[in-house]
Amino acid sequence: MASGNGKEVVIEVRDLVVGFGDHIVLDHVDLDVYRGEILGFVGGSGAGKSVLMRTIIGLLPKKSGSIRVFGVDLAMASDAERQAVERRWGVLFQQGALFSSLTVRENLQFPIREHLQVSQQLLDELAIAKLEMVGLDASVLQKFPSELSGGMTKRVALARALALDPEIVFLDEPTSGLDPIGAGDFDSLIVTLQRTLGLTVFMVTHDLDSLHTVCDRIAVLADHKVIATGTMDTMLASEHPWLRAYFHGKRSRAGTQSEAAPKA
Amino acid sequence: MSNRLLEGIRDGGQLKIAAAGAWIAENARDLEALIDGETVREGAIARVDIDMGRVERLDTFGAWLLERLVRTFSARGCETRITGLKEDYRALVDEVRGVKPEEKSTARGSRVAHFLASVGFSLVSVGRSFAAFVNMIGALSVAFARVLTRPRSFRFTSMVHQLDNVGWRAVPIIVLITFLIGCIIAQQGIFHFRKFGADIYVVDMVGILVLREIGVLIVTIMVAGRSGSAYTAELGSMKMREEIDALRTMGFDPIEVLVLPRIVALIIGVPILTFLGSMAALYGGGLVCWLYGGIDPDVYIQRLKEAISLDTFKVGMIKAPFMALVIGAVACVEGLAVKGSAESLGLQTTASVVESIFLVIVLDGCFAIFFASIGL
Repeated sequence: MASGNGKEVVIEVRDLVVGFGDHIVLDHVDLDVYRGEILGFVGGSGAGKSVLMRTIIGLLPKKSGSIRVFGVDLAMASDAERQAVERRWGVLFQQGALFSSLTVRENLQFPIREHLQVSQQLLDELAIAKLEMVGLDASVLQKFPSELSGGMTKRVALARALALDPEIVFLDEPTSGLDPIGAGDFDSLIVTLQRTLGLTVFMVTHDLDSLHTVCDRIAVLADHKVIATGTMDTMLASEHPWLRAYFHGKRSRAGTQSEAAPKA
Repeated sequence: MSNRLLEGIRDGGQLKIAAAGAWIAENARDLEALIDGETVREGAIARVDIDMGRVERLDTFGAWLLERLVRTFSARGCETRITGLKEDYRALVDEVRGVKPEEKSTARGSRVAHFLASVGFSLVSVGRSFAAFVNMIGALSVAFARVLTRPRSFRFTSMVHQLDNVGWRAVPIIVLITFLIGCIIAQQGIFHFRKFGADIYVVDMVGILVLREIGVLIVTIMVAGRSGSAYTAELGSMKMREEIDALRTMGFDPIEVLVLPRIVALIIGVPILTFLGSMAALYGGGLVCWLYGGIDPDVYIQRLKEAISLDTFKVGMIKAPFMALVIGAVACVEGLAVKGSAESLGLQTTASVVESIFLVIVLDGCFAIFFASIGL
């Protein structure tokens, strides 16, 4: 955790152990996420990336350790404190998790309506504003989630995650299932929104292009632990066999580039 | 506190608005009221200056409300200027500037037309569901014929599994309920027949009623609620997750793989349940006759033998497999009609239970007419 340099820590995971029965998924994991950064979280399939994310947002119980979000230990917090923290984050689930019986408009308005008492006119205007921010327009407002394409579902889900203007957004594989152009658009969308809204982004991803272009910092989960955190350059320079396989493999741009021109 | 978010000072044709504090979601309600308060000011305003210098926090809510303020004054022909906006917030304010308002669709017909349209839609949907039912019976016959020519292709394991679910596991609840119904019929009969000194005819009533009508009806209604709904929900969620499409692409007929074993299980299970249910109801009736009506079990059985014939029993049992077919077919049609949403799954499950109970009772009526005309 060397790259602290005085920045505010918004998520602080210490000594976290998570498991199901005898099976330990996360073994004494430490992780810091700083305000205003985009953290890419990588690891093999089934390594427990989503488990860590779900544990931080409180969907899975932990065996031991502590998780502090905005300095609040969620395990110790009262219901009111917890709710206040939950209102300050937004979550984009892998499959979007839009409410299938509500239209896009109702999906976007749902969290605002429940948390704030604002007029219907403002709700309608905000729904459009949020949609335009994620690159859609008012024409999808009346549609149901089952009528949306994969890319549109992700965008609407992101708009819903941003509905209450959260400070942290958790993205679970935001670009999976999108074509490279769509994924690229989604990446730049995340960067734009992060800049304009000053978000902190915790992104679980497998997309090496996203890691290259979007993430300020990368954390790697392997062998039930976070084995490395740092910038892309740190990852590429690392000698750890898993990191080498991941970042220099056949599918990575770094791999193909370094084969073409070894050691510039 | 809310007053400090926004303050407007009128200076002739000029309006100076001083914004301050946190323009964020939590304050959106107060802020909206303040902004609407400013925009309804009377008189000619030529220029509006909005000073955002003292705004400490701004999010999408605040940015949009600022945009609304600007748009409203611009629409009134005022020259609007924003000053002192922090550099960090400029991107956000620019972002919401491009938002286009929704075009309101104004097409609204009269109430009568709306009512007629909804009647029309329901009629069409009744017709469609009837067509879907007939279609299912046809597809089932084809699948059945195909299985007859290649008996090995029948999903025997799946059928046994379904039979366990809809038959064996249903036995306790069906026996309990039909037993109670038998008790109630006997008790009511004794209570009223006693006035005429005709206690013993209660046995005739219980026997005929249970064997011909009540036994099979109660059992099929229970099965429609218990297993029909389960079929619809199972097939519906398989449809939602594209499992049925997957089967189709592998060259399997979903009717043969999923529907036929379920319906065969019902056709086997329901007559067995009907038999057990009828016996339980007769037992319950006998118990009440003995304990409440003072009719000895020996007398009860003797009287039962005289009152009912094998035909009475057959009339009830013949109906059972047909009702099972109706329940199964309706449940599967509705299950396969589920669309993408969770709500649609709920709607189709409700429709499945309501339709199959309705059809079971209609079918029972048809059978009554049929048996009467052939003299059974």
